[in-house]
Amino acid sequence: MLTVTGLKRLHISVSFNLQDGECVALQGPSGVGKTLLLRSIADLDPNEGTVKLDGILREAMPAPAWRKRVTYLAAEPGWWSDIVQEHFKGWDDALPLVARLGLPTSCGSWSVQRLSTGERQRLGLVRALMLRSRVLLLDEPTSALDSASAAAVESVIAERVSNGTSVVWSTHDDAQARRVGSKVLVMSAEGGIEEKRP
Amino acid sequence: MTYIQLTYGDLILPALLVLMDGVLSLALRLKLEKQLAIATVRMVLQLVLVGYALTFLFAAVSPLWTALAAFIMVLFASREIVARQKRPLPGFWSYGLGAGCTLLAAGIVTIFALLTELRPVPWYHPRYALPLLGMILGNTMTGISLGLDVLTNGLVRERAAVEACLALGGTRYQALLPILRDAMRSGLMPTINAMAAIGLVSLPGMMTGQILAGVEPIDAVKYQLLIMFLIAGGTGLGTLAAVMGGARLLTDHRHRLRLDRIPAEKST
Repeated sequence: MLTVTGLKRLHISVSFNLQDGECVALQGPSGVGKTLLLRSIADLDPNEGTVKLDGILREAMPAPAWRKRVTYLAAEPGWWSDIVQEHFKGWDDALPLVARLGLPTSCGSWSVQRLSTGERQRLGLVRALMLRSRVLLLDEPTSALDSASAAAVESVIAERVSNGTSVVWSTHDDAQARRVGSKVLVMSAEGGIEEKRP
Repeated sequence: MTYIQLTYGDLILPALLVLMDGVLSLALRLKLEKQLAIATVRMVLQLVLVGYALTFLFAAVSPLWTALAAFIMVLFASREIVARQKRPLPGFWSYGLGAGCTLLAAGIVTIFALLTELRPVPWYHPRYALPLLGMILGNTMTGISLGLDVLTNGLVRERAAVEACLALGGTRYQALLPILRDAMRSGLMPTINAMAAIGLVSLPGMMTGQILAGVEPIDAVKYQLLIMFLIAGGTGLGTLAAVMGGARLLTDHRHRLRLDRIPAEKST
């Protein structure tokens, strides 16, 4: 279980719990701080408060080990090499997921420059899923996708959730929030959150 | 060893060449005449003062005076490093990192050369220590300033890539590695280019100076080779220290990228 207590970053002040195998949707107007919140949970920005996974404090483990368990995926994932498969420890192991998300399996040898925004978004998701993290913090993971590709992403994540992965899914799509989330957390301009049943 | 001595009067005719540049600037409306005049006056004053300072230092042969002169040279080098940064590091570190790495690299390499190769008596004799330090310092300073510039600009430009690696559980050094490599390459490139072109494209100033002062060309070449080896070592060491130090300053113990520590970009 992920426990977030009094997490503070700039104007944000948030507490909530996330059970194993639970997916919550995170909503709120643009600029309200959804990305800041997800980044803070992953400890990518300086922040205050207590964040625990299964009762173990985030600070009790090295930050890289924490982020392998609690993984943040940006809406526009970054790329540090020229070729797609250089971003994966085992490209062959990623192929089933690549195919499920509607990408050609030959794309491993492609240049990152050649990828469309939607292809980058799906490959970024595959890269994050390969870690088999306990918690996924997804920042608008389907914002650049058509409805079929978005449905494929929702299906893959639903499968992970049924296998015990916990997910916080930031989205501006109300229908998607109701589909994917067992509950919806709505962020206010003041930086707090309130729970809303879908 | 004999050489043709120059008087200040002998320099008047060559100085007319600078005047010619000024006339060109006026005729072509380059608006460089003021900068040219200031640079010329500065150059003359600085070199004459350095000449007198070195004459004093060479006569004194004092470890204290030599160390003070070296310290002042390092201070000017660190000031120059900061001036060349598009995005200088914050607060004390903007000068501290450059000065520390320059002092470390140029100091180690100069002392190494004095103790193992030249072996003057005493080992800190300013006639050997200060010119050596000056040459190594100038090149180390260039390497450090280029390395730090590429590091800070690269981190700002490649922020998404760095943070993607961090978010996937990479350490700060894994995430910064491509940028660290670019920064090291940039810092070392001027020295490598100079080594490749030396003798074919250009005759280095020190070697030319020695030959004009009556030293046999082969002996001057040996000195130049020594200097180039020292410059390569000092630049590599200084750039590595500065780039690694810069990377540490722009990340934190929780392996977070801390671009908030870079002050806003200087307007040009």
